[in-house]
Amino acid sequence: MTSAGGPAISDTAAALCLMFIFLVPFAGAGLALINTGLGRARSAAHLMMSSLCAVSIAAMVYFVWGFALQGFDGGPAHVLNVGGKAWDWIGAQPLFLRHLALNGSPASLAALLGMMSVGLAALIPLGSGADRWRLGATCASTALLAGVTYPIFAHWVWGGGWLAQLGANYGLGRGFVDAGGSGTIQAVGGLTALSVAWILGPRRGKYTMEGMPTAIPGHNSSFVVLGCMLAMVGWWGLNSAGAVLFAGAGAGEAVLVAINTTLCAAASALMAAVITGVRFGKPDVSLTANGWIGGLAASSAACIFVRPPEAAAIGMVAGALVTLSVEWFELRMSVDDPGGAISAHAMGGLWGVLAVGLIARVPPLGSSATGDATGQWLAQIVGVATLIGFVLPLTYGLNWVLNRFRPQRVGPEGERQGMDLHELGAGAYPEFMTHGDDFSQR
Amino acid sequence: MKLLGFLLLLAGWGLVLTAIVLLATSAPRIAFVLAGIGVEILGLVLVIRAHPAPRGERE
Repeated sequence: MTSAGGPAISDTAAALCLMFIFLVPFAGAGLALINTGLGRARSAAHLMMSSLCAVSIAAMVYFVWGFALQGFDGGPAHVLNVGGKAWDWIGAQPLFLRHLALNGSPASLAALLGMMSVGLAALIPLGSGADRWRLGATCASTALLAGVTYPIFAHWVWGGGWLAQLGANYGLGRGFVDAGGSGTIQAVGGLTALSVAWILGPRRGKYTMEGMPTAIPGHNSSFVVLGCMLAMVGWWGLNSAGAVLFAGAGAGEAVLVAINTTLCAAASALMAAVITGVRFGKPDVSLTANGWIGGLAASSAACIFVRPPEAAAIGMVAGALVTLSVEWFELRMSVDDPGGAISAHAMGGLWGVLAVGLIARVPPLGSSATGDATGQWLAQIVGVATLIGFVLPLTYGLNWVLNRFRPQRVGPEGERQGMDLHELGAGAYPEFMTHGDDFSQR
Repeated sequence: MKLLGFLLLLAGWGLVLTAIVLLATSAPRIAFVLAGIGVEILGLVLVIRAHPAPRGERE
């Protein structure tokens, strides 16, 4: 075990960082609105309730032992010695945030940001499991995400773990870099969303007898667009706080981070609108919104390491990637993802991580000199390999075991009736007339 | 096939880690890391194929 104090930041930077973290819940509110708007009307209250429960469970579990596993850079950790190099593989903080000075120290700010981030990650799978994921199963799956999957990977990246140390130990640039959480939050949440979608299977009526997908449009595009706007405010805070705490940026550089974040999302949404306009004759609201969120997800990792034109370029690629992958997942992989969570968060997040190696110029810590580009690219590749080769099997395995104890999917009658009435006993829109086709098989 | 796919994902990751630890020179290290990624892609293909295309039910 190693134990040392965390890196110091000034009081002004700590105060600004705290304000940035206070913005992060807007991202959660945005994702909840997007997921609800892209789902069916008869599951709207259930999705909002699930969002609230997921954030609550995530915060509680993270408080009890999540942060103990994640830890912080320079904090106590379990270390393996591999080939003469120290491999810091898991944090060893006391449970319940004990012995952590909650006074604006970098470690306490990292704990607060972690609590917000894990809630955000927990909201992502709700988009892919919409209209059929039981509330109890959602809470149990969230507990596994907040207590196992997220803290392990977050420790490796943000807690001084082996991925962050790839630079110091093996000369790979600055080690794996993910300032705002493209990999740590978005890809982890997105890969969990993929696991959940695989385990739950598609909604009834989504695929015809011939296996062709049918369109089940979202019920409220106004929610979706409002959610996009709210999410951007949250992402400004998330990326700025991450850049200060985990990338050594000054608080004033939050201006660059916010501009990069906005440009990345804007370019991504415009690219999605153009692609859908060309392919389908008219731009598609839900895919443009997914492009926007994909751009935000992709912006996080490199937010402090690129100039604005490069951020826009990252966004354009993200927009194309998200739009085309939504269709690919639905048509080729037969994955029913009502909220587009897998494409926006997993694909967008993975691209954001890769973009650090391909486009960004990451200087060595505490220096403005140009870093080792090839080594940095390799470090980012190792991070992507870890997400796909370790995080995906882990999160799939945990949800598979959970599903063996009690099926995560609601029964056919519940799905036909709607999650609101079946699980909550009341709908989100009690004054609205129920349409007959809501109860028939497509 | 699903289990094999996930085992290949883990094996590919193991290959990447081994390359980082054991190989010091740049070219072989990059080659083995990319080989590990290739194994992961193979595993991913198997996992995808293990989740068959669903068919709708008539009422």
